[in-house]
Amino acid sequence: MTAGTGESEESSPLSQRARETPPSGIRRFFELAEEMDDLISLGVGEPDFSAPWAARSAAIDSLERGRTSYTANRGRRDLREAIADHVRRYDHSYDPDEEILVSTGASEAVDLAMRALVDPGDTVAVPQPSYLSYGPTVSFAGGEVLPVQTRVENEFALTYEDLERAGAEAASVMVLCYPNNPTGAVMTRAQLQDVAEFARDHDIFVLSDEIYAALRYEDDHVSIATLPGMATRTVVFNGFSKAYAMTGMRLGYALGPPEVIGAMNRIHQYTMLSAPTTAQFAAIEALHSCDDALTEMRQAFNRRRNFVISRFNELGMDCFEAKGAFYVFPKCPPGWEDDEAFAEALIREERVALVPGRVFGEGGRGHLRVSYASGMPELKTALDRIEAFVESS
Amino acid sequence: MEAKRELLDLLLSDARESTEDIARQLGTDAAMVETLVDELESEGAIRGYQAVVDWDNVDESHVRAEVELNVELDRETKYRDIATRIAKFPEVSALRLVSGSYDFAVDVEGESMHDVSRFVSEQIAPIPEVTQTVTHFVMTTYKERGVYFGDGDDDERLAISP
Repeated sequence: MTAGTGESEESSPLSQRARETPPSGIRRFFELAEEMDDLISLGVGEPDFSAPWAARSAAIDSLERGRTSYTANRGRRDLREAIADHVRRYDHSYDPDEEILVSTGASEAVDLAMRALVDPGDTVAVPQPSYLSYGPTVSFAGGEVLPVQTRVENEFALTYEDLERAGAEAASVMVLCYPNNPTGAVMTRAQLQDVAEFARDHDIFVLSDEIYAALRYEDDHVSIATLPGMATRTVVFNGFSKAYAMTGMRLGYALGPPEVIGAMNRIHQYTMLSAPTTAQFAAIEALHSCDDALTEMRQAFNRRRNFVISRFNELGMDCFEAKGAFYVFPKCPPGWEDDEAFAEALIREERVALVPGRVFGEGGRGHLRVSYASGMPELKTALDRIEAFVESS
Repeated sequence: MEAKRELLDLLLSDARESTEDIARQLGTDAAMVETLVDELESEGAIRGYQAVVDWDNVDESHVRAEVELNVELDRETKYRDIATRIAKFPEVSALRLVSGSYDFAVDVEGESMHDVSRFVSEQIAPIPEVTQTVTHFVMTTYKERGVYFGDGDDDERLAISP
């Protein structure tokens, strides 16, 4: 490296992969938000509740008893049994010994699945708008991302036509994320059947991120893995972060066919060894005794959801009725085309942070991701500020 | 019925919410909320609306005691008769018939310990059916009707997260 001349690409110690990894699209807004006083952020991707006390207490108890060693690579067996039991509510049936892997957040499991299934040059279909991490994990595994745009006319549900239009038959793996971050969209059984048909027709393996499965407000969650012929070609991701407000505990899990879960575990044992032990104890308790807390959180989210949807529509910001997760995805108000410009003006002038929709993919352009994982007083103030901004602009 | 139960939950957590905001949260309109509130009131499900006051932060002295009361019934006198008589005192803020080693749990409020003691000894103890009173003065209130009186935790979440 030559001092003072700026480093050339050749002299960087970084791998090509690291150099090609773009900064997260939310970083600029994060920095803007960080320097603001009296900011209300509706840009938060995690619950405002704390983990249920019983789960926290179980974690404390495990620490007091000194249970701080590694667990089995796949996670404690009693936790895997509890997970197998828990997911029966979604009509899943998985063997705790061979078909369940406990991971450090569902994020780790997504990364493991990409590495287990994607060879360099393989195409992975990623519907957008969607969570930011899928693309980079595809790239880390050497695969190519094929964006598939979902549309507001379909309330951002993925359709057979969306997949065809994008040329997704070339993909060997497809990501699915419903209930969806950032749109709050959900998919019905009938809609999932179309996607399943596409996957079967073109021999595509499905990675279904169902981390928000517990947060559905109008009907029950349906997993694509439960449709005919899909269990053998699907890995389902879920975890404790969203349902039990345990984001910082970093605990998720993957469900899938033994061959794929086994391969994921082989990578996991070298890169992670095992998921955090303390969190595993909290999770066991969460599954055993925290259904009431989960129901209460869901009810609170549902009221907030109704409130924000109704307020945005009153303000003339078209907001379809998102039925899952804790996000709504309104359009920018009339006169504003550019979601990023709107979000930036709003944060500067009214100190309310939203995330521009385009951050989550081209299909998000002109929309804003609004998280209602905040208390009602904050939501009311935020919507009042947005109203003042829309009326004055 | 379910909407009514949800309305009750909302009012339990904040009875001062505007009818419009309650309607938005329940996905209904303000007129419907008014109707449901009227029904809850006329059915006797809602008996009143009150502030949860932390007297430590009010600039006047305020004392509360929980009084255990034992009574002796006879052929003419039932619990209800005694309760009706005790409940009439404005100093009594809560009155409950309880299981266990005593009969009534009575919350008594006053300006000073002296006021409360005098009330118990001069107004409650002399009631013919009352055989024993045990007065516990409240020293510190940590939580009242679901509201924790400590400092709230700061929101430590990142302002923006994916």
